Amino acid sequence: MIRKGTMALAVTAALAFAGGAVAQTPKKGGSLTFAISAETPHYDCHGSDTYATLHFAAPFYSTLLQFDLPKYPAIKGDLAQSWTTAPDQMSYTFKLHPNVKFASGEPLTSADVKATYDRLRAPPQGVVSTRVATFADIGAIETPDPLTVVFKMKAANAAMLAHFASPWNCIYSAKDLAADANSPKVKINGTGPFIFNEHVKGSHVSGKRNPNYFKPGLPYLDEWKGVFMLQAAAMLNALQGGQVLAEFRSLAPPERDRMVQAMGDKIRIEESSWTLNLLVTFNTERKPFDDVRVRQALVMAIDRWGGSQGLARNSTLRHVGGVIRPGSPLATPEAELVKLPGFSKDIRKSREDARKLLREAGVPDLKFVLHNRTIPQPYTPAGIFLVDQWRQIGVTVENKQLETAPYLAGLNSGNFDVAVDFSNLFMDDSSLGLTKYLSLGKSAENRSRSVDAELDSLYERHMRETDVAKRKQLIQAFEKRLFTQAYQQPLLWWHRIVASHKVVMGWEMSPSHNLGQDLAQVWLNQ
Amino acid sequence: MTAIASPAEVPVQRRPRPVVVEFMRQQPLGAASFVVIVAMMFAGIFAEWVAPYDPLNIDFAGILAPPSWEHLTGTDAFGRDTFSRIIYGARTALIIGFCSSLIGSTLGLLLGASCAYFGGRVDMIIQRFVDIMLAFPIIVLALVVVAVLGKWQVLGIDVNLIFAIAIPIVPNVTRIVRAAALSVRAMPYIDAARAAGYSHARIIGRHMLPNLMAPYLIMLTAYIAQAILLEASLSFLGLGVAEPTPAWGLMLSGNASDFFAEAPWMALFPGIAISLAVFAFSLFGDALRDWLDPKFKT
Repeated sequence: MIRKGTMALAVTAALAFAGGAVAQTPKKGGSLTFAISAETPHYDCHGSDTYATLHFAAPFYSTLLQFDLPKYPAIKGDLAQSWTTAPDQMSYTFKLHPNVKFASGEPLTSADVKATYDRLRAPPQGVVSTRVATFADIGAIETPDPLTVVFKMKAANAAMLAHFASPWNCIYSAKDLAADANSPKVKINGTGPFIFNEHVKGSHVSGKRNPNYFKPGLPYLDEWKGVFMLQAAAMLNALQGGQVLAEFRSLAPPERDRMVQAMGDKIRIEESSWTLNLLVTFNTERKPFDDVRVRQALVMAIDRWGGSQGLARNSTLRHVGGVIRPGSPLATPEAELVKLPGFSKDIRKSREDARKLLREAGVPDLKFVLHNRTIPQPYTPAGIFLVDQWRQIGVTVENKQLETAPYLAGLNSGNFDVAVDFSNLFMDDSSLGLTKYLSLGKSAENRSRSVDAELDSLYERHMRETDVAKRKQLIQAFEKRLFTQAYQQPLLWWHRIVASHKVVMGWEMSPSHNLGQDLAQVWLNQ
Repeated sequence: MTAIASPAEVPVQRRPRPVVVEFMRQQPLGAASFVVIVAMMFAGIFAEWVAPYDPLNIDFAGILAPPSWEHLTGTDAFGRDTFSRIIYGARTALIIGFCSSLIGSTLGLLLGASCAYFGGRVDMIIQRFVDIMLAFPIIVLALVVVAVLGKWQVLGIDVNLIFAIAIPIVPNVTRIVRAAALSVRAMPYIDAARAAGYSHARIIGRHMLPNLMAPYLIMLTAYIAQAILLEASLSFLGLGVAEPTPAWGLMLSGNASDFFAEAPWMALFPGIAISLAVFAFSLFGDALRDWLDPKFKT
């Protein structure tokens, strides 16, 4: 009780302190060292959906727009100095900042923006873009002059401006892409506040101030260093000892308590619900997971409601929800959710039905390997929880945890039976949340490899629907179809807890760990 | 006429004590540690019957329960019974400890015997390689091997972990066995075997190795303790066995450190289990050495 009280005080004090910091004049200079709890498998923002890539690469790149985090979900310009939207939402015109230069010294023009978005929406052979579905409504991109870019739409899309603010849309050099469309995977050349310094594999990445950055007076820091710390214990010790000053993804509740207890008023804790969930994903191309009865049985065996209570104490997992973040306007209410397969509160009956389904499918003693990730939070607790839940319907599971690169390689190539996958959103928009579940050819993020025309059709209809109530109905219909087929299903949504030393200023908390990582506004109060 | 001695005059031949009794009399500490090892093996083999709970059974209602009659050593952050996990952890420790030590010691035995038998260039090459391996601390070498080999889990046990622990054992055993094998190599029966035209494999396998069994068994036992400790260390560092497999080192890491102030039993009891096992195997190894090696007999 005392600890909880202390915690609340510390958090309140931290937020008050952070609020007070707005009035302070930022100081220039200094070097920020922070922890990154995973190492990116490559540098390409377009082909990634792991924060490991953004925490590594975001400071080196710019995007057209970006989220204005103190006013989230409002947006503001980044490379775009101004923009206009046609009244019918069928075109968007962006005016770019002049005198923007890539780290290589080449000037940025509208041709670079066009090349970037062409790569995002229609990647050439051999290039992976996980945003093809997101930008499918773009019909053409025009560049009337070097500082103007016009997006002509095939269909109106209410979420389009927010998508232009996606942190994943790093603007690449057209010249680099023409030479080798896959060069961003291994080479960094951006217009961001920092210039790439070095990447020592297994150790760290570092950047130094971009002297030609187009936003006057920014960035404040001279340099930064992101240290890869895959072990939570090592990261916490480093944070406590001051070897790293922050970790921008999240701590687990007991880790937060430990930090507050050990560091008192030297640490700042900020909390938020999180636009991120873990999924159970079945490889529908492999037997017996091509059988809907097996998939249904496995999702019905999971006691999400009980799990959310217990796992909230020792992990970042917390909220039960469908494909839209619980509590956000378009989320399915709990009363409706409990009617869907896998969300029943009568877990005893649910598990009886699950056993019956497994018997009918001819696999009463099912055994498989759970493809999981080595990042402790929340993948390890999720693995422990799932193994226990499936054991209770007679299923034997081996929890196999892999480093980020082989984990993602396995997921993307379909080399797994059942996986703990993630839906890493940067905003609450439903067009983004639903994309992951579209048929394999339409969504590179669909690791279940399912093909379902009904889901694709519901998605399309929802995209064109402007009436919010009807849109909500379509989302619920989408969820009903998705969860009945059980290709992949959210396990639990996360809760974000960020710890940083109080000398770290200017960083903004948000419901997504993908946002605000360009570090342009960050400064050190020392 | 030859006088026949009466039975009373024949010197009494004392019946030798059984080996076990003699070992217990001469090595009481070794015997005590043997009892601990047997108890551990019993717990590991019959864990299903000995453990009061399923070690994987999550009970969110009983998270971080302190030691009680219901949960002798308390519960962990998932409400799992730590006593049951320690008992099942004995199985993990023994499988990895025994397999690693067996593989490492056996390879060391073969290499050491070969060095002594062939001598010359073979001996020189192997021994320089052994020197290089010995230059690395055992934990560092194991870390490198784990990093290179990655994970290959079979029934929750990482097979590559067994090899990672076995490899650092090899040079140590090679060096010790070679020293013993050099004196065996100088025995006349080895020369006789060579003169008789026996193959190298037969001479090493049938004439040298049986005479190297004493140091081999001592090494095998002693390195089980090392292997258990190494497995616990690697699991603690997140490079050993994976959750939710019960393993002592794993029980010490993760949530155990997060909840140390709130639930010290999560780290305390697995720590005691590791210490006890390592202590028992080390003592038993020492006792076995004193028992088998004539140089230590007084």
